[in-house]
Amino acid sequence: MPSIKTLAQREEAGVRFTSGHTLCAGCAEPLVVRAVLNAIEGPVVAASPTGCLEVATSRFPGTAWNVPWVHVAFENAAAVISGVEAAYKALTKTGAVKRRIRFVVFGGDGGTYDIGLQALSGALERGHDFLYVCLNNEAYMNTGVQRSSATPRCASATTSPVGEEIPGKPQDRKDLTEIVVAHHVPYAGQAAVSNLVDLANKVERAMKYEGPKFLNVLTTCPLGWRTPRDSAITQAKLAVETRYWPLYEVIEGVYKINYKPKENVPVEEWLKTQGRFRHLFRNPNGKELIAEFQASVDQHWNELLRKEKCLSGAESQG
Amino acid sequence: MRKVMTGHKAVAEAMRQIEPDVVAVYPITPQSEIAEYYAQYVHDGIVHSELVPVESEHSAMSACVGAAAAGARVMTATSSQGLALMVEVLYIAAGMRLPIVMALANRSLSAPINIHCDHADAYLARDAGAFQIFCESAQEAYDYTLIAQRIAEHEKVRIPGIVNLDGFTLTHTSQVVEPLEDERAKKFVGPFKALFPLLDVDHPVSWGTFAMPDYYFELKRAQAAAIEEVAGVFLEVQRAYASLTGRRYAGFIEPYRLDDAERAVVVLGSTAGTAKVAVDQLREKGEKVGVLKVWLYRPFPYAEVARALGHVKQVAVLDRAFSFGAMGALYNDVAAALVPSERRPVLSNYIYGLGGRDVTVEQILQAFAEVKTARPTTGLRYLGLRE
Repeated sequence: MPSIKTLAQREEAGVRFTSGHTLCAGCAEPLVVRAVLNAIEGPVVAASPTGCLEVATSRFPGTAWNVPWVHVAFENAAAVISGVEAAYKALTKTGAVKRRIRFVVFGGDGGTYDIGLQALSGALERGHDFLYVCLNNEAYMNTGVQRSSATPRCASATTSPVGEEIPGKPQDRKDLTEIVVAHHVPYAGQAAVSNLVDLANKVERAMKYEGPKFLNVLTTCPLGWRTPRDSAITQAKLAVETRYWPLYEVIEGVYKINYKPKENVPVEEWLKTQGRFRHLFRNPNGKELIAEFQASVDQHWNELLRKEKCLSGAESQG
Repeated sequence: MRKVMTGHKAVAEAMRQIEPDVVAVYPITPQSEIAEYYAQYVHDGIVHSELVPVESEHSAMSACVGAAAAGARVMTATSSQGLALMVEVLYIAAGMRLPIVMALANRSLSAPINIHCDHADAYLARDAGAFQIFCESAQEAYDYTLIAQRIAEHEKVRIPGIVNLDGFTLTHTSQVVEPLEDERAKKFVGPFKALFPLLDVDHPVSWGTFAMPDYYFELKRAQAAAIEEVAGVFLEVQRAYASLTGRRYAGFIEPYRLDDAERAVVVLGSTAGTAKVAVDQLREKGEKVGVLKVWLYRPFPYAEVARALGHVKQVAVLDRAFSFGAMGALYNDVAAALVPSERRPVLSNYIYGLGGRDVTVEQILQAFAEVKTARPTTGLRYLGLRE
């Protein structure tokens, strides 16, 4: 399993994602991208849908990508990588391509949970050999912090603002990881930018499998979450500690929660540190709203515990 | 060897001979049979192509773009709403200079939903940056699929190409087609040379980067230059194909009994066949009439159209789709072609054949009769419409 040292050594040997991009100060995305790229051994081709990462890394005539990389549009990265991978298979058949090449997508939550969901589902069903990494920062940050289906309930976003009547986003977030699991792919999991070793280990485990692999990575956006610029790691860490963002993986249908917080940290501890939830602490109904938020977190966590128990490796081994 | 086959089969045969590395396709009437034939070729193992049976036309073109950027020879096919869904990515394929060739089984656009032929889909893709060829017969659909592939892959060009064949009229009717032997077809198309492929991992490139106002205009101007190159390459490839096959293909347009014509119709696609019959009938009565069929619709052959029509007194341009709120799209092209010309015929514009409405010899005769006394106007006229 790659340690931070190994990742750093690999980066020194060949930089795959360079500095000089224009991602915001404090953005967690480059950490995730570098960790993922450095965790993949051998040649890799990357694709991205339209989004922060794409815009900030590919302004013509420059690029931050030192591996082959392609962007086409917002809703189709999974279809694009399907085509790249199909080309690889065909050209391997003809002998034009002789090396083993791996394929990875880095997409935001907008391009993955929402507008790109159909293309993702199609690519998962068809069984292309690729890893899809969702850089989940929980809103359309590139276009100005509009709500997505990954945005948590109550969060204030520019299209789910805090109003006189409606306190932020009324709906719960979509559980995309479980939607991917329902495609019966060999590997699906969740990681967070706060634990890069866990992330790199997951990439390494995932890449042992042929077929579609999926990683949903909580990728802090200090700008959109309205937290200090140096908060990316602590914010993600607290999301994991409060069980808001469980680190888990499903390998060939077997659930494993990679980290179970020892202490029961209320999600309120996470909410109160972020500008997007600040209104909850001023709202007369704030206590209730926070309690509902907590109930939602608990329900999801308990579901996951039950799944781990029912769909554990031990059981499958009889 | 001459064979009887549908337009679908003719296109599928050409695709089998071209043998693209990747075919990404989604079913839609009246295109589906092309996808079905090709899927059978793949599943029978007679082609090495990877079939990507995508979940939408948007993903079909997206997978084509990914595969083409990766370094593969790529083809697809669609119709109507499928093209409408695809068109976002078609613009991108053109902007990324990817030589993706597709058959477009021409069909109307909704609403109301209708599965039959008109040219609304082709017109929708008009400004996308793909070159477009219209075919009159299944034979032409076969021939121009091979020709289009070679044009698209020419190093001066490298843009997508659309081969239009009228839905049902050409796709579903059986006609006599004389395909080339496999070896001759393959030799004609030649091997594909990828430029800056993603799969060349030792030379990493970034595809589909974003351009701010400081570069966007120049990049689009370079793209415009690429489609301008199609004209010269089209003639070169068409000439090579004509000498290989003996077929009488020469130029962007096909004039029929036009040399001494006083009246003419300008058409795209299978309507040319109907118009030729009408012209023969009128010629027997001594009327000087002719047809101008346009093969290459984009880039539009302005100079050649102007030369072909300069001596004609009255011209009816037949558009098989509305360009709502404006004159027909083909009419606008023909009119623009004639603007710099000293000799200009009187132009009339007819909308006809929408949603698969039968296109008859009588309708063409009606147009020839009406334009005898037509004066310059900007009004639309109709053929075969119950007013």
